[in-house]
Amino acid sequence: MTAEKAITKRPSGLTDKKTHYCPGCGHGVVHRLIAEVMEELNIVGKTIGVAPVGCAVFADTYFACDMIQGPHGRGPAIATGLKRSKPELAVFSYQGDGDLASIGMAETIHSAARSENITIIFINNCIYGMTGGQMAPTTLIGQKATTCPKGRDAKKQGYPIKVSELLATLQGAKYLERCAVHKPAFVAKTKMAIKKAFQNQIDGKGFSMVEVLTVCPTNWGLNLKDSIGFLEGPMEEYFPLGVYKDEK
Amino acid sequence: MPRIEVDETLCKGCELCKMTCPKQCIEMSDKFGKSGYFPAKLAKEDCCIGCKMCYQVCPDVAITVYK
Ligand SMILES: Cc1ncc(C[n+]2csc(CCOP(=O)(O)OP(=O)(O)O)c2C)c(N)n1
Ligand code: SF4
Ligand code: SF4
Ligand code: SF4
Repeated sequence: MTAEKAITKRPSGLTDKKTHYCPGCGHGVVHRLIAEVMEELNIVGKTIGVAPVGCAVFADTYFACDMIQGPHGRGPAIATGLKRSKPELAVFSYQGDGDLASIGMAETIHSAARSENITIIFINNCIYGMTGGQMAPTTLIGQKATTCPKGRDAKKQGYPIKVSELLATLQGAKYLERCAVHKPAFVAKTKMAIKKAFQNQIDGKGFSMVEVLTVCPTNWGLNLKDSIGFLEGPMEEYFPLGVYKDEK
Repeated sequence: MPRIEVDETLCKGCELCKMTCPKQCIEMSDKFGKSGYFPAKLAKEDCCIGCKMCYQVCPDVAITVYK
């Protein structure tokens, strides 16, 4: 019998710090995938990440690469400056849907239009997590939030924004994919997408973004099982998974 | 035989691994772990096939799979 050995390990792209995320929150899986990709591309020491304002505000303490914590929504602007002044480094911006699609929408659109050679990881959980569950630009019609307690009503609050589809209309956006991480097969696919988004940057291809649908059981007011049901049901129906742009 | 170890200081008892395991090898402990959650654990010996699916979905990198 051969000696037993560990076939999984904590990737070197993560620090040893335990995260503050709620049980079951998707942020943790996406962190691990980014860390695994940095390790596999051998760029942990050659990467700068930008942490957002939102639940991932402490991401600068969870990633082992260099990190900056940016003002709300300004990740792409900071990443632009970093990448232009240090083109030899990999630069990624990690953002939630409130951060990226609300206060930071201008930065998102214009960095894509300019085709900045950066990687954006966009966590779409259809809500403002950190501040206690207010409506986000991505909140679905009928979905309850503290600022639309009866459910989002298109007549009052308008319609949710499909960011990947929107950016796909811009010539500068070179790679856009929407993924999920609630089941192993989706996790594997998301990792491939994140790897591609980093590789594109290394190859100088321009703006890449991976959108990841995640659960927020805490602010959705659902247990984890029902949260996954919400993600697989109404969320994926409105935000279909898939590749929205992949320019060679 | 493959097996898993759950780091009780990291596990938040979310049960994602339990829902995911194709062999239903994982159950939740009935005692509080070091972080105040009911951590996951291997329910029975000779069950785990080392597929790593539990590791893949764990948001807290709390699981190590041995083979
Ligand atoms: C300039 C500014 N405006 C508003 C806020 C309050 N604020 C903090 S986090 C947040 C939204 C976070 O939601 P999201 O980006 O979806 O991330 P999540 O917490 O869901 O991961 C808001 C509005 C702030 N910190 N700074
Ligand atoms: S509030 Fe939601 S997004 Fe924030 S850590 Fe908790 S589950 Fe995750
Ligand atoms: S490695 Fe596979 S079989 Fe073993 S506990 Fe994890 S999910 Fe179950
Ligand atoms: S998925 Fe991870 S954090 Fe959740 S119960 Fe299993 S070991 Fe614990």
